[in-house]
Amino acid sequence: MATEPRALLIDLTRCIGCRACVGACQEAHGFPVDDTATELGVRAYTALVDLPQDRHVRKLCMHCVNPSCASVCPVGALRKTAAGPVTYDARICLGCRYCMVACPFDVPRYEYRAAVPSVRKCDFCVDRQAQGQVPACVEACPAEATVFGTRAELLAEAKKRVAENPGQYFDRVYGEREAGGTSVLFLSPVPFEQVGFKAALPTEPLPDITWGVLEKIPGVVSVGGAALFAVWWITHRRQEVAAAEEALHGAH
Amino acid sequence: MARTERRRRPGLWKSVFFLLVGLGSAVVALRFTRGLAAVTNLSDRFPWGLWIGFDVMCGVGLAAGGFTITTVVYIFDVKRFKPIVRPTILTAFLGYLLVVAALLLDLGRPWNLWRPLVFWNPRSVMFEVAWCVTLYTTVLFLEFSSLIFERLGWRRALVVQQALTLPLVIAGALLSTLHQSSLGSLYLIVPGKLHALWYTPLLPVLFFLSAIAVGLAMVIVESRLSSRAFGARLEMPLLSEVGRVLVAALGVYGVARVYDLVHRHALGLASGASLEALLFRLEFLGGVLLPLALLAVPAVRANIRWLYASALLVVMGFVTNRLNVAITGFEAAQGQRYVPAWSELAVTLMLVAIGFAAFGLAVRHLAVYPKEETHVAHPGLRAVA
Repeated sequence: MATEPRALLIDLTRCIGCRACVGACQEAHGFPVDDTATELGVRAYTALVDLPQDRHVRKLCMHCVNPSCASVCPVGALRKTAAGPVTYDARICLGCRYCMVACPFDVPRYEYRAAVPSVRKCDFCVDRQAQGQVPACVEACPAEATVFGTRAELLAEAKKRVAENPGQYFDRVYGEREAGGTSVLFLSPVPFEQVGFKAALPTEPLPDITWGVLEKIPGVVSVGGAALFAVWWITHRRQEVAAAEEALHGAH
Repeated sequence: MARTERRRRPGLWKSVFFLLVGLGSAVVALRFTRGLAAVTNLSDRFPWGLWIGFDVMCGVGLAAGGFTITTVVYIFDVKRFKPIVRPTILTAFLGYLLVVAALLLDLGRPWNLWRPLVFWNPRSVMFEVAWCVTLYTTVLFLEFSSLIFERLGWRRALVVQQALTLPLVIAGALLSTLHQSSLGSLYLIVPGKLHALWYTPLLPVLFFLSAIAVGLAMVIVESRLSSRAFGARLEMPLLSEVGRVLVAALGVYGVARVYDLVHRHALGLASGASLEALLFRLEFLGGVLLPLALLAVPAVRANIRWLYASALLVVMGFVTNRLNVAITGFEAAQGQRYVPAWSELAVTLMLVAIGFAAFGLAVRHLAVYPKEETHVAHPGLRAVA
C-alpha cells in the first residue's frame, strides 16, 4: 500500500441507515455486537444517528490531520500515524483525559467504570489497514456511503459529486478545513449544522494556538532568569556599597 | 507562646478532621476498586470536574504566595517581609503536595504519573505543567528543608541549603511563572467549547496575574488563621503592606481582565441572567472590584478583620474564576451540567483537612514562626511601615 495518508468519505445522501457499519465495527474490535448505538461509547467506536426525513449521520473519530488529542497528550499515547489513523497506546496513558477536553469533536470516550481505565475511540482499523484490508465499516457498507481512499483522492471525488449534482448537495466538504482538516470527510444534502455537526470550527489547526504560547517558554526562562539575577545583583550591590560607605564614615 | 491551649475547641476540630479523613478514605478505596464512575459525576462530556477544577487549578494558585514572597524578599531584598517567608513556603509546599495527591486520585492510571518525565511531548501544555509542578515541588521541598535541618541540628546541611537560596528562589519564580500561566494555556486549545467570557488568548497572562493576587491574599488569610489557631504573632503593619501590594496586583489583573473583554467585544455577555453572566459577576464584582475598593481604603488595610474579609473575597473570586473556566464555561457547549457528587466533595474536604492538620503539625514541631526573629523584627518593622 502507498504511504499516502488514507481517509474516509461519508456521503449522507447515500446512507440508507442499515447500521451495518455500527455492527461490523464492534465485531472487528471484539466487542459485543449491538448495532442500535446512536452515541459513541467505550464499546461503540462508531454510531448512527437517525434524523427526520430519513437522514442518517455516522459518528466516529475524525482522524484530524493535525489532531488536538495527540498534541495535548503529555506522554504521546495518542499519535497521528503517517498512514492516517490517530492511534492510542493504553500502556503509557496517564488517564489525564486532556484529550477528551481538547477534542473539538468530543469523540474520545473513557472507561469510567474500570479500575484500569482506557481512552476509547475509533482507530480507523489500523490493524486491518496494516494487513491490506479496508476498515470494517467500509467493507460492511452496502450503499457505498462510506468509502476508503487517499485523502487527496476522496477530496477530489467529493468535490466532483457536488459539482455534478447541483442541488443534491450542500456545497461544502466537511472536514476539508475544519480544525485544520480531517481524514474523515462528509458530504451532506443540507447545511451541516442541520445534521448535528459543529459548523463554526476554526480552520486553523488547534494545536497551533497552543504552540504559539509554548514556543515562548525558552525566552521567558532565559530573559526572566537573567532579569531576576540582575535585580538580585543590584539590590545586593547597593547593600555592599551602603555597608562600605558606613565603614568609611565610621573611620573618619 | 501557649500555642495548643489557645486553639479553640480542639476536641471538635479533631472529630471533624477524623470524620472527613474517614469519609474521604472510604471514597478513595471505592474509586480505586470500582473506577471513577462509582464516586464521581464525571462523564464523556465532562472529563474534568471538581478534583481538577478546584483541587488542582485552585490548589496551585492558592499556593502562589510561595514564589511571590520569596522573590520579593530574596531578589528584591525587601527584608521586612522576611517573617512571612517560612509560613508562606510551608503553605505552598503543603499545597503542592495536596495538588499531587488530588491528581493521583483523578488520573485514570496514576501509576503512570512518572511517564511524562520519560516519554516527552513538548507540544503538550500538560507535559510542561507536569515537569514544572514536579520541579517546583522539589524546589519547595528544598526551601522547606531548612526547617527540618534546624530541628535536627544538621548545621552543615543548613549551610549548603542556605548557599542554594538564590538559585532555588530564581528557579521557583521561573517555574511558577511558567506553570501558573500554563494552567490557563491548557484551555487555549478549546476555542469552540469554552464560553467567551473566559476563553481568550490572554488566558495564560490572566491566570498568572490572578495567581499573584490570590497568593498575596492567602498570606493575609493564613496569617490571620495561624494567629487565631496557634497564637502566632500577627505582623499587622506587615500584613497591611501585603494588602497594599494586593491592591496593585488585583488592580493590574482587573484592568487586564476588563481590557480583554472589551477588546474581544465580550463584555456584553456579562449582563443578563444566564448562569454564565451571574457567575461571572460573582467572580468579578464580588471577587475583584469589591475587594479592590475595600483594600484601597487605608483604614480597611489597618484593621485585621476588614483586611481578612477583603482577602477572603479575593480568594472566593479566584476560586469562582477557576471553577468557571474549568466547569461553568463548558456547560453551554457540552449541553450538559456538571455538579460534583457528594463523594467528590468528600475527597476535596479531606484533602483540605489534611492540609490544615499538616500545617498545625509543622507549626508545633518546626520553627515556622521563629520567636526571636519576629520579636527582633517587630520594632524595626514599625519604624519602616
